[in-house]
Amino acid sequence: IMCASAKYNTRGPALIPRMKTKHRIYYITLFSIVLLGLIATGMFQFWPHSIESSSDWTVEKRSVHDVPVVKLPADSPIPERGDLSCRMHTCFDVYRCGFNPKNKIKVYIYSLKKYVDEYGTSVSNTISREYNELLTAISDSEFYTDDVNRACLFVPSVDVLNQNTLRIKETAQALAQLSRWDRGTNHLLFNMLPGGPPDYNTALDVPRDRALLAGGGFSTWTYRQGYDVSIPVYSPLSGEVDLPERGPGPRRYFILSSQMALHPEYRSELEALQAENGESVLILDKCTNLSDGVPAVRKRCHKNQVFDYPQVLQESTFCVVLRGARLGQAVLSDVLQAGCVPVIIADSYILPFSEVLDWKRASVVIPEEKMPEMYSILQSVPQRQIEEMQRQARWFWEAYFRSMKAIALATLQIINDRIYPYAAISYEEWNDPPAVKWSSVSNPLFLPLIPPQSQGFTAIVLTYDRVESLFRVITEVSKVPSLSKLLVVWNNQNKNPPEDSLWPKIRVPLKVVRTAENKLSNRFFPYDEIETEAVLAIDDDIIMLTSDELQFGYEVWREFPDRLVGYPGRLHLWDHEMNKWKYESEWTNEVSMVLTGAAFYHKYFNYLYTYKMPGDIKNWVDAHMNCEDIAMNFLVANVTGKSVIKVTPRKKFKCPECTAIDGLSLDQTHMVERSECINKFASVFGTMPLKVVEHRADPVLYKDDFPEKLKSFPNIGSL
Amino acid sequence: MQTRKKYIFLTFLASWLLLFFFFGDQLHRFAFFSVRKAEARRNWPHWTDRSLLKSFADPKELQSDGDPSLPSPRARRAARLSVYKNSRCRMETCFDFSRCEKHGFKVFTYPRERDQPLSESYDKILTSIERSRYYTPNPEEACLFILSIDTLDRDHLSGQYVRNVDEKIRSFPLWNGGRNHLIFNLYSGTWPNYTEDLGFDIGQAILAKASFYTESFRPGFDISIPLFSKDHPQRGGERGWLYQDSIHPKKKYLLVFKGKRYLTGIGSGTRNALHHIHNGKDIISLTTCKHGKDWEKHKDTRCDKDNVDYEKFDYQELLHNSTFCIVPRGRRLGSFRFLEALQAACIPVLLSDGWELPFAEAIDWGKAAVVGNERLLLQIPSAVRCIHPERVLAFRQQTQFLWDAYFSSVDKIVHTTLEIIKDRLLPHRSRSRFLWNTLPGGLLALPDFSTHPGDFPFYYLQHGSSPSEKFTAFIRAVSPTGSLSQPILRLIQAVSGSQYCAQILVLWSCEKPPPPSGKWPQTAVPLTIIQGGRKVRGAGLSDRFFPYAAIRTDAVLSLDEHTSLSTSEVDFAFVVWRSFPERIVGFPTRSHFWDTEQRRWGYTSKWTNELSIVLTAAAFYHRYYHSLFTEYLPAGLRELVDGLAACEDILMNVLVAAVTKLPPIKVTQRKQHKETVPQQVGCKAGDVGTPPAGERSPSPPRSPPAKVKGTAGAAGSRCFSQRQDCLNQLVDWFGYMPLVPSQLRLDPVLFKDQVSVLRKKYPRLEKP
Repeated sequence: IMCASAKYNTRGPALIPRMKTKHRIYYITLFSIVLLGLIATGMFQFWPHSIESSSDWTVEKRSVHDVPVVKLPADSPIPERGDLSCRMHTCFDVYRCGFNPKNKIKVYIYSLKKYVDEYGTSVSNTISREYNELLTAISDSEFYTDDVNRACLFVPSVDVLNQNTLRIKETAQALAQLSRWDRGTNHLLFNMLPGGPPDYNTALDVPRDRALLAGGGFSTWTYRQGYDVSIPVYSPLSGEVDLPERGPGPRRYFILSSQMALHPEYRSELEALQAENGESVLILDKCTNLSDGVPAVRKRCHKNQVFDYPQVLQESTFCVVLRGARLGQAVLSDVLQAGCVPVIIADSYILPFSEVLDWKRASVVIPEEKMPEMYSILQSVPQRQIEEMQRQARWFWEAYFRSMKAIALATLQIINDRIYPYAAISYEEWNDPPAVKWSSVSNPLFLPLIPPQSQGFTAIVLTYDRVESLFRVITEVSKVPSLSKLLVVWNNQNKNPPEDSLWPKIRVPLKVVRTAENKLSNRFFPYDEIETEAVLAIDDDIIMLTSDELQFGYEVWREFPDRLVGYPGRLHLWDHEMNKWKYESEWTNEVSMVLTGAAFYHKYFNYLYTYKMPGDIKNWVDAHMNCEDIAMNFLVANVTGKSVIKVTPRKKFKCPECTAIDGLSLDQTHMVERSECINKFASVFGTMPLKVVEHRADPVLYKDDFPEKLKSFPNIGSL
Repeated sequence: MQTRKKYIFLTFLASWLLLFFFFGDQLHRFAFFSVRKAEARRNWPHWTDRSLLKSFADPKELQSDGDPSLPSPRARRAARLSVYKNSRCRMETCFDFSRCEKHGFKVFTYPRERDQPLSESYDKILTSIERSRYYTPNPEEACLFILSIDTLDRDHLSGQYVRNVDEKIRSFPLWNGGRNHLIFNLYSGTWPNYTEDLGFDIGQAILAKASFYTESFRPGFDISIPLFSKDHPQRGGERGWLYQDSIHPKKKYLLVFKGKRYLTGIGSGTRNALHHIHNGKDIISLTTCKHGKDWEKHKDTRCDKDNVDYEKFDYQELLHNSTFCIVPRGRRLGSFRFLEALQAACIPVLLSDGWELPFAEAIDWGKAAVVGNERLLLQIPSAVRCIHPERVLAFRQQTQFLWDAYFSSVDKIVHTTLEIIKDRLLPHRSRSRFLWNTLPGGLLALPDFSTHPGDFPFYYLQHGSSPSEKFTAFIRAVSPTGSLSQPILRLIQAVSGSQYCAQILVLWSCEKPPPPSGKWPQTAVPLTIIQGGRKVRGAGLSDRFFPYAAIRTDAVLSLDEHTSLSTSEVDFAFVVWRSFPERIVGFPTRSHFWDTEQRRWGYTSKWTNELSIVLTAAAFYHRYYHSLFTEYLPAGLRELVDGLAACEDILMNVLVAAVTKLPPIKVTQRKQHKETVPQQVGCKAGDVGTPPAGERSPSPPRSPPAKVKGTAGAAGSRCFSQRQDCLNQLVDWFGYMPLVPSQLRLDPVLFKDQVSVLRKKYPRLEKP
């Protein structure tokens, strides 16, 4: 090309001198046309929406029949048979996966080819509908890469879902000639129907060397734990039939068997069960006298009664899933879809995705030998558990069985979790249905610990400018034996804190933190200065708490370190007239909140408040300069699922003078604002997390008829 | 001028044309760059005829997957038995389930032979089994057999290696090819290869082995156990080192390792690379070449400097001050380091490829450890740095839970092994992974009670449910008169008046038959009499904690016939219990203290500022504790308790505290008028309600219980020293003191507040 351009350039100058003036216009016009054309082309190609229209035009409009044909010579190499000792650390090349910030493996898919043998006879179906769906799902997923050099996992486009539709030796040869085959290292094959007559192997018979197998009928002898992935046998009915979820609860039948072509021995055992237990057991079989045009796969019969399949599965509490020639059965998928609890009778079967799914929560596994006892075994399952299993079964179907996409992504995620175990998906994420994820609480401080008393607590006083009152609080608090440090959060940017010499002299370190902005949330910042687990948040006007009361509060917190332990209690109530929540500060028999004007809590909640507060609550609080304590109560209750602990009897909290000045009206607007906060927070949390209790904590001997001087905390409740 | 212009024009034009025609192709590609990017995300084509593709299997084929020519299932199972033997053993082929059907899960240990020396560890294992509730001395009843030959150390260079095991085993008539046998092993193979070979044929026996290699592990059959030292305690066990939870663990180090560097041989691949990640700041990885006799022979250039650095740090100090601890393979896959890190709440970073992790059948290690890859050692620092602080916090708590639940003593390790095997016998009556991996752990969640998490007192929050809204009152009557005394009548009236009472059960443990139904008071709730028939040994006191089927509510209110309670007290206590369903919530309390003079635990009923025991004469607790008491505690312990009068309620408190690690809860009790109680009931009577006036001398304020003067002598009553004995024997049995003291009492919110009684929900609690 370079040479060609040089030629034009040399010819050019020779032409120009001969050019006449009348030609000039011609040239200019031509030039403009070309220029415009270029601009138009450029515009067309860079124009965003033209991408879609052009993508069809490039590679998409192709038929499966147009794919390149590859001829396999008869003597082309065959991989070794699968190696049963393969494990991730022996047969998998983890260096291909590398460290990546997203902790996602990269998956490459070989392009589709049609393989034929020497005589031009095809090796297998080019691709089945399901395998196409599976590969489409992978290529649409985050795992996909088109760069073969960056891939960690390779998925051949050779369809081996059903062993019966392929020629074993030739398929193996097709695999062996893949460009990156390398003894099958990091290659993943998907197979749902392994084995064939007469012995029906439980894993794919195609020699595959080190390739990983996502197989649909593994037995414990062929499954390489931690290497292979056990997958379900997809039921195409899932896509065809829409079975709406049925609420859990008792169903018409207790046990139902819907499988056709069961071994006569199994069938006779089932019939014996039916004979013994009557109507509650329903054993179905294929229909013998169906009229033409009715698909046999959608009907089941019992004697002369005809039932719709899979709808009939929804009529039973338990549905039997017996092994056939193979261990994996497509009926399992139908049963789960129907929300029927599968009773799996297939010794040595590795259940789908058993590496991550807890099947005990969704199914009952019964050894084949125990089939005659099935009825009594199932009757011993508590009703509440049955209902949960029904929900769980449906959830497993929805999440991991319903489409080839679900199956493909779950498989890749399992492999991904092995390679990046520190970023793996947790048991709860795999197993908890959305409803459970929503209603259950996992307390971040779940270990029952009673922190050592010796550690003490850090008092945090939030102050603006009430220096006199602040000093009194400091003096009072410093008398508490377990105080280990005092932190003053100086929230006034316009005024400097008093000089060092003016501060009260106390026995523990006193630190002043100056804040950049006058925000209420400064009180809950996890300052590095807080070295203890326990934090006492105290307002600069709370001078009425005695040292005994504070020390006792700390002791109570030690027994309940995951809760807010505070002095003044408050309550939220449902206002039936207004149809919303109401804040209550009167003398009530119940509490659901404690004010953080004087409360002990774990430093961890400071971290949560600052970094994990849901929605815009934090900003809302700072903007309104109110309700930071309610927000903290919501946060702690929501994350722990536990109530607050109010300690010691009620006291008059604000100084009497202040209330006199503020007057009643201020008090009322205050209440309205606080009620608004509760409603606002409840809507942000999407629920009302606060727990109402009727108790408060007092010292063991409080008010008991007993010499005060022998009590640990005599000075409690005095005004 | 003109010409030049033309020149420029034409050159310009020509260049454009050139570009267009000759670089058209490239230009085209360039222009499509963005399009191709989108394509890359969608590489698998949308075939035009994808809807016409055939399904992978015919629906009929999928639904009727049977082959009439196949052998019958029975024949297939029989054939399987002969094929899957030895290295391919599974429970269904190598284990005889029928042995476990009649007598349940019973374990027999071969009698110990005098001339056969046992290692300390194996002795502890055997002791654990013999003390367990599964032990049977009768081989006829046994489901599982344990050899008395020490098989722990099978390194034939070791001094504890037992020779000729094969011959000995073959002489045992019960051996039966190893069927239903469980073999424990800690060390297998020897230098230089450290193979999995045990030096004898284990046949069809289940192998519980440390450092199990996944390839030789028979899944669902063998059990991987942790490597533990001979000093590992028999029972009880030290608690973990985590005393506080903090979000940013103020730890000096992020990741530490201190250990040997193998220059050659198996395991050297990893051990020889560990020093690479040492940064001298937050990652400390110290290795020494000094091990074995001839280390200087293999010595390399690093050794001398490394050996000097190695001495600078103390292993214990590193354990205490690090967030993560590297647990690499040694010569074998497992190491002591693993349990040490677990106890220290130092999150183990495992570098031991192919190690079947201890009890992985039950334990979800992903929640407590980072399973690293030996080949990706250099990625470990960045990987652990990326772990979010909240996960670090959860990880550390989980290490402590696992340590305490399954590893802290030989008892726990052995019991976990047994429970895993037991779970396999009846898969439908086994623990889900949830139960194994959530507090208080699988050993304390009995699947025989229920397999549903909502039935236990521990999982309400995770499960998103709450305890039932009613309770069952359970009154034990022992008065020998055979008639109904005034107190019991009053008690029945008070309890049945509670809005939360579902039913009243009376356990009639007297010689004489209970009065006819007409004599019993009319109550709003059903009243049922249970005949206490289990008074074989002594008083059969522990039968009050039998899991009677008649108890159907979650909450049980346990009462003695002489207990005096008002309806308000019952109501309030029940409402409190609903907030603390895993604890004992009750009225009269006792406390324990360490008696420094007598060097034993003391028990006191005097009024003190603390409490650690709530008497079951008036207490709410979850009905599950009846099952736990009766089924979890070994028969030997229950006999011990039955032998000592008045001990069963202490045992109940000790048990619940051992499970929850939390103190019981005392609730407000109305002032009691002293009851005149019949003296013949012995200990019990004086023990209920308020203590006698003479005993009211509590500990001095705020002094730890340890400083309280011994009271046994002062009390002078026989019963008192009995209860103290009981407490000490229980501590001995559990291996530690499970009771936890509490300094608080829960009162109604407005209790004794200066506010009108009319506003109070429980005014009657304040009446003098």
